[in-house]
Amino acid sequence: MNPQVTDTDTGGTGYNFAYLDEGTKRMIRRAILKAIAIPGYQVPFAAREMPMPYGWGTGGVQLTAAILGASDVLKVIDQGADDTTNAVSIRRFFTATAGVATTTRTARATVIQTRHRIPEAPLAEGQVLVYQVPIPEPLRFLEPRETETRELHALGEYGLMHVKLYEDIARHGHIATTYAYPVEVAGRYVMDPSPTPKFDNPKMDDCPALQLFGAGREKRIYAIPPYTRVRSLDFEDHPFRVQSFAHPCALCGAQGVYLDEVVLDDAGGRMFVCSDTDHCETRRADGHTGEAA
Amino acid sequence: MTEPLLTVDGLTKSYGRRRACDRIGFTLDPGEVLAVVGESGSGKSTLLSLVAGEVAADAGSVAYRMRDGATRDLAALSAAERRALMRTDWGFVRQDSTQGLRMAVSAGGNVGERLMGIGERHYGRIRATALDWLARVEIAPDRIDDPPTRFSGGMRQRLQIARNLVTAPRLVLMDEPTSGLDVSVQARLLDTIRGLVAELGLAVIIVTHDLAVARLLSHRVLVMRGGRVIETGLTDQVLDDPQAAYTQLLVSSVLAA
Amino acid sequence: MYVAVKGGEAAIDNAHRLLAETRRGDPSVPDLGVAQIREQMRLLVDRVMTEGSLYDPDLAALALKQARGDVVEAVFLVRAYRTTLPRLGATEALDTGAMTLARRISATFKDLPGGQVLGPTFDYTHRLVDFSLAEGAAPAPAAEAEPDEAACPRVTDLLGQAGLLEPSPPDVGAPIGDLTREPVDYPADRALRLQALARGDEGFLLALGYSTQRGYGRTHPFVGEIRVGAVALAFTPEELGFPVSLGTVEMTECQMINQFQGHGAVPPQFTRGYGLVFGQGERKAMAMALVDRSLRAAELGEAVVVPAQDQEFVLAHCDSLQATGFVEHMKLPHYVDFQAELDLVRRLRAEHAARAAVPEEAEPQESQPQEFEEPTRREAAE
Repeated sequence: MNPQVTDTDTGGTGYNFAYLDEGTKRMIRRAILKAIAIPGYQVPFAAREMPMPYGWGTGGVQLTAAILGASDVLKVIDQGADDTTNAVSIRRFFTATAGVATTTRTARATVIQTRHRIPEAPLAEGQVLVYQVPIPEPLRFLEPRETETRELHALGEYGLMHVKLYEDIARHGHIATTYAYPVEVAGRYVMDPSPTPKFDNPKMDDCPALQLFGAGREKRIYAIPPYTRVRSLDFEDHPFRVQSFAHPCALCGAQGVYLDEVVLDDAGGRMFVCSDTDHCETRRADGHTGEAA
Repeated sequence: MTEPLLTVDGLTKSYGRRRACDRIGFTLDPGEVLAVVGESGSGKSTLLSLVAGEVAADAGSVAYRMRDGATRDLAALSAAERRALMRTDWGFVRQDSTQGLRMAVSAGGNVGERLMGIGERHYGRIRATALDWLARVEIAPDRIDDPPTRFSGGMRQRLQIARNLVTAPRLVLMDEPTSGLDVSVQARLLDTIRGLVAELGLAVIIVTHDLAVARLLSHRVLVMRGGRVIETGLTDQVLDDPQAAYTQLLVSSVLAA
Repeated sequence: MYVAVKGGEAAIDNAHRLLAETRRGDPSVPDLGVAQIREQMRLLVDRVMTEGSLYDPDLAALALKQARGDVVEAVFLVRAYRTTLPRLGATEALDTGAMTLARRISATFKDLPGGQVLGPTFDYTHRLVDFSLAEGAAPAPAAEAEPDEAACPRVTDLLGQAGLLEPSPPDVGAPIGDLTREPVDYPADRALRLQALARGDEGFLLALGYSTQRGYGRTHPFVGEIRVGAVALAFTPEELGFPVSLGTVEMTECQMINQFQGHGAVPPQFTRGYGLVFGQGERKAMAMALVDRSLRAAELGEAVVVPAQDQEFVLAHCDSLQATGFVEHMKLPHYVDFQAELDLVRRLRAEHAARAAVPEEAEPQESQPQEFEEPTRREAAE
């Protein structure tokens, strides 16, 4: 443990490196270590009031601020894209307060903060994926009471979760949960993967990168250490399935990726393009083209 | 003599100055049906809550012979053990079906919940078991995907029974399961309960204000008044030849009505 | 040809420049001074200080100016500033009994030591718009009197002496919790609950307090006392070892007195609900006191059945910043999730159409998403 807690101003912003004071960072790092030690367990932490609103990534921002070093290269995505307004806003925040290098290239980033997507390109050892989480409790919509959900987690009582899936199948013939699809981590805790589409769930399994989840408003941190088993909940006779798209990306021709539907006109015209903008640009730079390019 | 399944000793609970239960004790053998009768306010529902551990007793104990044969003091069980016991080896059929069912979940889901709670992960098997249990409580198979909100009062109580019995419990607590139902619906429900209890060899504690229910279902009866047991014995004996003046009054008021 | 939208940075910059210009409004109208807001919009400043958890009238006034008068946004600015301030320690407990009173009323006693002091209040004004204010009319000077030097004990202390009212819990020197520095662990104790309520949104607490008066958890309240005035603030620096004065803060304190039946060994007596806010904020202090008493249901052996008695419900939802952030985050893009739902609804509609007796025109085949079983890496390896 490092007893030295000294703040350093960055570039005359009047704030410490990466905004948070070192005492706060140390508190968050301890919560992160605990979260890594107990994969999938929601560790309460003293989330600070940040200069951006709750629900806009304060949990992810605090995690990133706590782990960022001067030599890190940061990538921020929202909906898979580097150029959506909230991604731009958060990237600027760290450019201003930490002065770290930023990138849109998944492979070049050491820390990737994300909202709602996992990059298409496989992540590598040494990378950290930081998720922004609105509601960390996977049981919340089945049981609103915190004291009760904590007990259910402690006792590993997840029958209710399967009741929800049972109801889906009984009503629709298949599981109708499309995002924030619950997973079991390392055979113990059931966890909310944040509102990523279930398409991304398999990427969490056995991932070489460290995955950290931060919920600022709800004051919880949880983690999936590298190479951890992450299993999407299902039934033996109704196994977990992911979405697939009939079209390839209209710009880069990629298949087996998550696509955004873009409405082109008011006559039903639409096209499907990669939600991961970096993946799309990289492919196009490599000479791949889709039908609209 | 085998050891009793349940041993209740000195259970006491006060609300303010009122003693809802005053040093209640009894034992229950496997397969035995005990009726707890009395007027409203006699403490019989409190007794059931105390036995189930839902209300903490001021004094006294409840001991249960577990499936492994060991008798354990329920207060000494860990939260995990207690919950596991409650959702496998015990059942609780409530007077108010909205307390005993998940009203937003289908009938099949209601019956399947306990199975999923103990690790069943095969949809087809859960559904087949649910269908089987719905049939046993005489709910038509095509109602399996309806939520209990669309069921009549009698059907809801049948569904509660199926939901509780699906894990083959050995002890079922019932709190006025037939009250508020039409007489003909009551009769059918009691018939179902009697059949299942006999078939499965269930031990039951049934709380009722209705002596006819006690006579039809129970082997033994415990008469409560003002938080105390004032008379206990074999059902036929107590109801045909009541000793306590209060029991005599209860029995005669039934006859008069 | 479709081109992916770019230029988020420029759009954000431009939006913020437009905001600054819009905030200023018509430049031919004189700029609003922070001192004007502080002096003439004082109740608004008080509310921002209370919900912002920071006593600094000038900062709150500036925040209101920057926020274009939006209270929640101003609270946000103050809180975000507050979170960066170092914590030097905790002051001595405030002695509101020694308050320099601007106002003091009791609804439970007609007269009492120290008397009733109406002070500056809207009570009993007729709510008629005063058009002379538009002309900038100066008010007539207020009446003056010599300060009354007599002691003015709190009503709750008077009642408490007879054992009719539960006493204040003794100060056992327990560490002072801080919900901005530690996550709330339910059930939260009363001190933490009061912290949360003091920071809580006035409108939310007002509605909850109101609900307890309308049968959703009746607590039979009386206003024992409301007092408004200046309270001395003392702090004991570690190196000195004795308290030094830091000045005074304006505060409003409300003590509600509530009926209580007694239970077990506790005889029937009056219990209390407590409200304390910065500045003059009687509505908030009263609502807070009602909700505080309501939240004590569990410890007083009362059934917890209504929202105002449910501490998880109240504490988790009373903070205007948490609420506004999460409600307003719905403005952020959600098109990835929406895409997933869009696919699902199309599929469900297609299935529904297929089941219908008269086959309708189905969705075009290509827009129906398919699902395939995901052979996970681990399973493939096993």
